[in-house]
Amino acid sequence: MAAPTATPPSQVGRLAPRTTGSSRAPGAAREERAGWLLTLPFLLLFLTFTAWPVIQSVFFSFTDIRNRDLRTPFAVDFVGLDQYTKAFADPIFRKAAFNTAYFVLVGVPLTMLVALTAAVALNSGISKFRSVFRLGFYTPVITSIVAVAVVWRFLLHPDAGLVNTALGWVGVDGPNWLGSTTWAMPSLIAMATWRNFGTAMIIFLAGLQGVPHALHEAAAIDGASAWQRFRHITLPILRPTILFVSVTTAIGYLQFFEEPFVMTDGGPLNSTISASMYTYQQFSFGNYGYAAALSYLIFIVIVIVTAIQFRFLAERDDR
Amino acid sequence: MTREASFRNRWWLYLLLTVAFVLVVTPFVWMVLGSVKSNAELRSVPPTWWPENPTMQNFRDLFSRNSFGRYFFNSTVVALTVTAGNLLFCSAVGYALAMLSFRGKRLIFALILGTLMIPGVVTFVPLFVLVANMGLVNTLPGLILPFLVSPFGVFLMRQFILGLPRDLVEAARIDGAGELAIFGRVILPLLGPALATLGILTFLGSWNNFLWPLVVATGERSYTLPVALALISTGQNQTNYGLLLAGATVVVIPVLIVFLIFQKRFIQGIATTGMK
Repeated sequence: MAAPTATPPSQVGRLAPRTTGSSRAPGAAREERAGWLLTLPFLLLFLTFTAWPVIQSVFFSFTDIRNRDLRTPFAVDFVGLDQYTKAFADPIFRKAAFNTAYFVLVGVPLTMLVALTAAVALNSGISKFRSVFRLGFYTPVITSIVAVAVVWRFLLHPDAGLVNTALGWVGVDGPNWLGSTTWAMPSLIAMATWRNFGTAMIIFLAGLQGVPHALHEAAAIDGASAWQRFRHITLPILRPTILFVSVTTAIGYLQFFEEPFVMTDGGPLNSTISASMYTYQQFSFGNYGYAAALSYLIFIVIVIVTAIQFRFLAERDDR
Repeated sequence: MTREASFRNRWWLYLLLTVAFVLVVTPFVWMVLGSVKSNAELRSVPPTWWPENPTMQNFRDLFSRNSFGRYFFNSTVVALTVTAGNLLFCSAVGYALAMLSFRGKRLIFALILGTLMIPGVVTFVPLFVLVANMGLVNTLPGLILPFLVSPFGVFLMRQFILGLPRDLVEAARIDGAGELAIFGRVILPLLGPALATLGILTFLGSWNNFLWPLVVATGERSYTLPVALALISTGQNQTNYGLLLAGATVVVIPVLIVFLIFQKRFIQGIATTGMK
């Protein structure tokens, strides 16, 4: 395709070590230069806008920096762990942490269950409309969470909303979903599941390709039921896929932000405020040091949750 | 078992999938239908399914009174620039890491792996201070620069380039091609599938990005579509559902069209990122 040379690659492969060996110094210098030249623009941007802020974030979290210190971020007072102790004592942050745990502990398993069900259904030998279903299920993933949150807010409207209208057809008097401290969080979780299960479904579908058909057939001949085959053949083979999906979904859900921002403004009575949203609020009030400490707490929790999942879901090496 | 029999045995599976399909797609249908209804009609109980008096007033309000044209322009410029930057820089670094040997290479790769999973919420406070001191708050460069490269993009390109035959590079060297020419003329043309995956993921990520644009776009001049929509939906227009549904339609429909055109590639891309 893109070989500008007539020399067969196999022949070149045999010649190459000799050539580079005889002119090692200039070739290596050339590679060195090219390597740095190709990496440099990336490195500058990466160090400035990713690596440096990661380090500076730790520094900020140990200071009392506020928005008026914007021009002199290093001339601020060092306050040690004060911002962190303040966070643990802050009733709204504790509420936000609780809400985030609620969202993750219910949302991640629910999303994975829906995704796995959809993937297994699509993989069970149906041929008609398979790609239509797959496309439909995946579509919400590509959409802006802000936009779909706006739409869902309207769907969940207590009177004119489609959800309560549909419930009315079967004689159920639906609640004021987003205005209720009981129902607001489940509503956000339902929307997040709807928005996100498509990604997990596609990854599960790819993982299901690795399940040998012969194993299922052999087990079926031995009299294993469909559930037994799923439980003892499919699930063990899917283990690495399940780990990947649960880690990435949890990392995303631990930072949920747009849903409460657009749908409930964190309410009612802070029942849906998330850790990320509270961090943003503190930032917008000008409390940069406090916001940095909160964001680091979220990061630490992400690392711990990821480690726990690897501990319990990773494949054992002694196979 | 004949095809017909298999269909009959699986009718419940089709029922389940069809119900799920309707549930998943209805919000989009409702959004588009609602965007051409008047606010009075949107508030009627029970709601109407098909618009009784279709009107484009919501869209007119969006573009005249709320300058959605400007936000659409901002979103497009930001997403295209960020995508172009990622394709160029990430493939260059991916090539250097996969095929060249140079001092500091291992350290750079370790840095990239170490920051692969760092979420945006961790860095946005110092990033804002940095961007503010550069004088870039409320500007498009302020929206673009922090996202012009991504550790994930480099990782993706490196993995893909590692799978290409090394002989290609050696052969081009023997033919006397310079190192940069080898990257540009030999490697780059082979990266089609990887560039498509990275390009699609980057464009979507940028178009739908919310936290950073919300932080740095402090005025209407540099609002992107999600920021503008979120702010009108929480401001004085928060019950103007016609306007909001039209806004959501403007945010969602362009990517939906692009998605439907490239959907095969999209879905393959997602599957490969998951299998790594």
